[in-house]
Amino acid sequence: MVLVYITTQHGIAKSALETVSYARKLNEQVVVITCGSASANELEILGKYGAKSILVNRTIDGEDSQQLARLISSFALSLKAETVMFSHDFIGKGVAPRVSVRLKAGLVSGAISLPETDGSIKINVFSGKAIAFVKVNSPVRIISLLPNSVAPEITGVNCAVEEITGDFGAAAIKVLSTKKPEGDIALPEAELVVSAGRGMKGPENWGMIEGLAKALGAATACSRPVADIGWRPHHEHVGQTGVAIRPNLYIAIGISGAIQHLAGVNGSKVIVVVNTDKEAPFFKAADYGVIGDAFDVIPRLTEAVLKFNAENN
Amino acid sequence: MKILVCISKSPDTTSKISFIQDNKVFDENGVQFIVNPYDEWYALVRALELKETLGGQVSIITVGTANDDAIMRKALAIGADEAIRIDAEPKDAYFTACQIANFAKEGSFDLILTGKETINYNGSQVGGMLSEILDLPFVSLASRLEVNGNTVSVEREIAGGIQVIEANLPLVISCSKGMAEQRIPNMRGIMAARTKPLQVISPISTDDLTSYVLFNTPSSKAAVKMIDASNMDELVQLLHNEAKVI
Ligand SMILES: Cc1cc2nc3c(=O)[nH]c(=O)nc-3n(C[C@H](O)[C@H](O)[C@H](O)COP(=O)(O)OP(=O)(O)OC[C@H]3O[C@@H](n4cnc5c(N)ncnc54)[C@H](O)[C@@H]3O)c2cc1C
Ligand SMILES: Nc1ncnc2c1ncn2[C@@H]1O[C@H](COP(=O)(O)O)[C@@H](O)[C@H]1O
Repeated sequence: MVLVYITTQHGIAKSALETVSYARKLNEQVVVITCGSASANELEILGKYGAKSILVNRTIDGEDSQQLARLISSFALSLKAETVMFSHDFIGKGVAPRVSVRLKAGLVSGAISLPETDGSIKINVFSGKAIAFVKVNSPVRIISLLPNSVAPEITGVNCAVEEITGDFGAAAIKVLSTKKPEGDIALPEAELVVSAGRGMKGPENWGMIEGLAKALGAATACSRPVADIGWRPHHEHVGQTGVAIRPNLYIAIGISGAIQHLAGVNGSKVIVVVNTDKEAPFFKAADYGVIGDAFDVIPRLTEAVLKFNAENN
Repeated sequence: MKILVCISKSPDTTSKISFIQDNKVFDENGVQFIVNPYDEWYALVRALELKETLGGQVSIITVGTANDDAIMRKALAIGADEAIRIDAEPKDAYFTACQIANFAKEGSFDLILTGKETINYNGSQVGGMLSEILDLPFVSLASRLEVNGNTVSVEREIAGGIQVIEANLPLVISCSKGMAEQRIPNMRGIMAARTKPLQVISPISTDDLTSYVLFNTPSSKAAVKMIDASNMDELVQLLHNEAKVI
């Protein structure tokens, strides 16, 4: 069977549905384990994506990797899980390695596809410049799935939610506060991203970038110098030293396409580049290119998107 | 305050990535290696800042071969006090974590810092494994770190937001952007680094939990389709009908 850990204390993310769908393709026996206060109503929809049952621990807050690792490992052992799965998000990155040590089970970190016939699993390496096939040598394997790598799929119906208890020790870390930017679409999860660079000349010109993003229902991102000089918040910085993303659509406006920037975005399915300079290196990585001044192109692109939205609703 | 910083090497981003021996082995020939940026800019520099305000010592550790001495000297030039190299090719994250844990368990470190991930294998694994082996708390993806006596206050990135966390020493923290600013080693640092201790230790044996069986370089993109700047309706139609992303 496959045991899937899902973070639910910040809501059920799309990446959670992806992870359950992936698990269902590995094995019909999928059990989801989670903790926190999400209601049974919220949780049972995971059954639609392939979970047979859901185990929820109400006493653990789900923020401490040490406590979570004890919880997940103990159920992995008692349920005799062959595979334990995580989403490769901020919680998965903290917990999956710990569970790997506890179970002495090899971890495929950031899987991007289902196992090959020889059991190896693909991951991105060298900042997306290559793909590696990783094989697990231990009887039990751990997989953390890179968000946006497989599509969530509805295969079943709502399932039963069961409360679980047990002693997993005290939490070693205490969350004092959580700041969440209001209304924004979280960048690592976004399917559509509008990103801009130094070509925008100054922070006062970001209105049109936000306008386009809003029309598309996209998240906004930026190049590193733009975050460094304070035109945009740091969490928007994508690239080798920022966030790595792989949305369905990445629109790069006034960004030259330096290799360090590409490293964080070249997993995007479709890339559109808008740049005044026809020699900008970004065009080599693009699917669609527009040579032109952002100040002229973006308002017209936004208008075209709004027109499209109106016609298609 | 005794701080251990885990340092790994990574190929300079401009390096050509290619593979040899039937695509089973990364070709290091002609590759320029640097200190993994997360380890250098964020973990090491923050450790040095803490030492400067609180006193103590910063040790760096690498699991690697004699080829890595150059990046260790660079980290010493930035200001680390001593370097430890576990003399082995790092096979996978578990192997690496076992080696570092074996050294760290004797060292009574107050704080162990790693980078968020290595930019070559991008696993984000070593820090978490290390903390489990040592039975210590772990905070991943930290973007700010303050130490007040025996407690730390840490900010970490969560999906689209920031959490403020409190925990006690000792613990392991993986560091990402925001922790500190890059420092360029000066001449005095470079000279001093030459005589700082670099201890070489033999590896312990561990199980091989994973292996990299094959590498591939993704096929290059089809040529870019150019759209006239005056025809944004066409772009929107292509994104809808051809690319099917909107
Ligand atoms: C170790 C290291 C790590 C790095 N990590 C990152 C990273 O994670 N992310 C990152 O982004 N960078 C990173 N960088 C920096 C990177 O090398 C580039 O310097 C940076 O990406 C350039 O940002 P930019 O494209 O916004 O600016 P520029 O290079 O200045 O490019 C601006 C572009 O805008 C175009 N332009 C100008 N005016 C207009 C207009 N009116 N309309 C349309 N286009 C216009 C120009 O033709 C140009 O192509 C890193 C660098 C190093 C050394
Ligand atoms: N060979 C190594 N030697 C020392 N530290 C390492 C090594 N590999 C990884 N690390 C540390 O672990 C962090 C995460 O690496 P990874 O799990 O490979 O993404 C890095 O940023 C380093 O701080």
